[in-house]
Amino acid sequence: MDRKEEVILEVNHLTIEFHDHDTPERVVDDVNFVLHKQEILGIVGESGSGKSMSALAIAGLLKRHALSLSGEILFDGTDLLTCDRERLRSYQGDEISMIFQEPMTSLNPLQRIGHQMEECLRIHHKEMTKKERYDRAIRTMTAVGLDDAEKLYRMYPHELSGGMRQRVMIGAATIARPKILIADEPTTALDVTIQAQIIALLRKVNVKRETAILFISHDLSLVRQLCHKVIVMQKGRIVESGITEEVFEHPEQPYTQALIEAIPKVEL
Amino acid sequence: MEKTSFRQRFKTYVSHLPHPGYFRAGLVITAIVLFVIIVGIFYMPYGPTELSPDRLQDPSLLHLMGTDKMGRDVFSRVMYGSRVTLLVAMGTMIIGAGCGILIGALTGFYGGALDEVVMRIMDALFAFPNVLLALVLVSLFGSGTFRVMWALGIAFIPSFARVVRSEYIRCKHMDYVKNARLQGVGNLRVIFVHILPNVKGVLLSNLLIGFNNAVLAEAGLSFLGIGSQPPYASLGQMIAEGQEVFFRVPSCVLGPGIVIVLMVLGFSLMGEGIRTASGTLEE
Repeated sequence: MDRKEEVILEVNHLTIEFHDHDTPERVVDDVNFVLHKQEILGIVGESGSGKSMSALAIAGLLKRHALSLSGEILFDGTDLLTCDRERLRSYQGDEISMIFQEPMTSLNPLQRIGHQMEECLRIHHKEMTKKERYDRAIRTMTAVGLDDAEKLYRMYPHELSGGMRQRVMIGAATIARPKILIADEPTTALDVTIQAQIIALLRKVNVKRETAILFISHDLSLVRQLCHKVIVMQKGRIVESGITEEVFEHPEQPYTQALIEAIPKVEL
Repeated sequence: MEKTSFRQRFKTYVSHLPHPGYFRAGLVITAIVLFVIIVGIFYMPYGPTELSPDRLQDPSLLHLMGTDKMGRDVFSRVMYGSRVTLLVAMGTMIIGAGCGILIGALTGFYGGALDEVVMRIMDALFAFPNVLLALVLVSLFGSGTFRVMWALGIAFIPSFARVVRSEYIRCKHMDYVKNARLQGVGNLRVIFVHILPNVKGVLLSNLLIGFNNAVLAEAGLSFLGIGSQPPYASLGQMIAEGQEVFFRVPSCVLGPGIVIVLMVLGFSLMGEGIRTASGTLEE
């Protein structure tokens, strides 16, 4: 693979603790990894292994009180954990964006699709005219595989199917051409045929837009198809990491072996 | 998608309500009351304070609702008085709902100490019945139409603040709000552009119900002699004056009474039609 080995995101000693009980609860423990330009990095692990928390920390969505964050998340030389809110906000949506598991609820039910697609541009690219935004939205919608974009532009989320909504989400998340896209279990709520389409779409976004993707999932077969590198997490720690094929062929940790064995195999 | 006219969309909206009959009936009643009020702005058969020697007349073609003990035409006074009542009720709603939305949105969204302090103040206000609280405020600041409007408006703030706050608490954890913040949207924009439209279903039915309460409260206050001062008419005050002569000329009381009932009934029916729908509005 002839990707440029340029580091765009560096996570060092990330530790997250909750303090809302008597004893502090450590949900992410000393996590380190780097994300290179145009790389797809998979994070796998069972529920509660801290993968979503790490993602939320990178996206800057964790409230800064009620829990303690330590370590650093370096993006473009800035530590996202300590920089001021204005700076963080200027990255959110423009450089780093995120899609969620549940496409049925992640769109605002009372705003038209087009309006939501454009929101990022309205926030981060105030210099764009209405016409430019419209053109960009239509082009993005076509790029993420939504036919009849002009018609969809005026529709509301409830008029769309789950797969279409997830496409809208991906479109809205990538409209400002972010460098990093965090996908938190983007296919869990979709049925299998749609899953395959969304995976194909993410790969297309990765290749065409040169967006690095942090793909969080507990579905190892999807991770194996899509990701270049993979991190295995258990109880807040990284237990194994490496090139996807190597990890899948020669898992070192018993936990990883167990996860891989849990993939359902088709036996005739 | 072709653009549909407002009329068309309104018709589909109404026909999709669970009880379109309620809403339509309410709309018709309100339209009649509004028609009378609007006509009253341009034309009244007699002046509302115009005295005449024909005292205590029963309803006739000359005086549709008869005349009161000073010979004033009750129908003209009803036209004038219901205008005052409507304006006070609207002003009350603008003040109460406006401040209520602002307080509810901010406390619900931010939570924390601000929420605790402000909502406890709201609870304290809420503990008083609306009319009583308005009475206290009026006795502090003096009476008069505008002061009554302010007093009632303040008395209505807590009920709106509560409803809006609980809706914001529900909405702020929704994925679309998270999504908006992820896109770098600032807090104020999240509050007023992203969440507020999602609250409007609940808000609308509350406005209609609140409007009723405001009409009743205004009538109650002016019945007690607070509010617009004699000789200018107001519905509650007319009932108060008319009760002395109720058995000789019942229309002195029944006239303004029926108008109050119609106003409240119209808005209640409309509110009822929408209230049951606001649940389905979010699907």
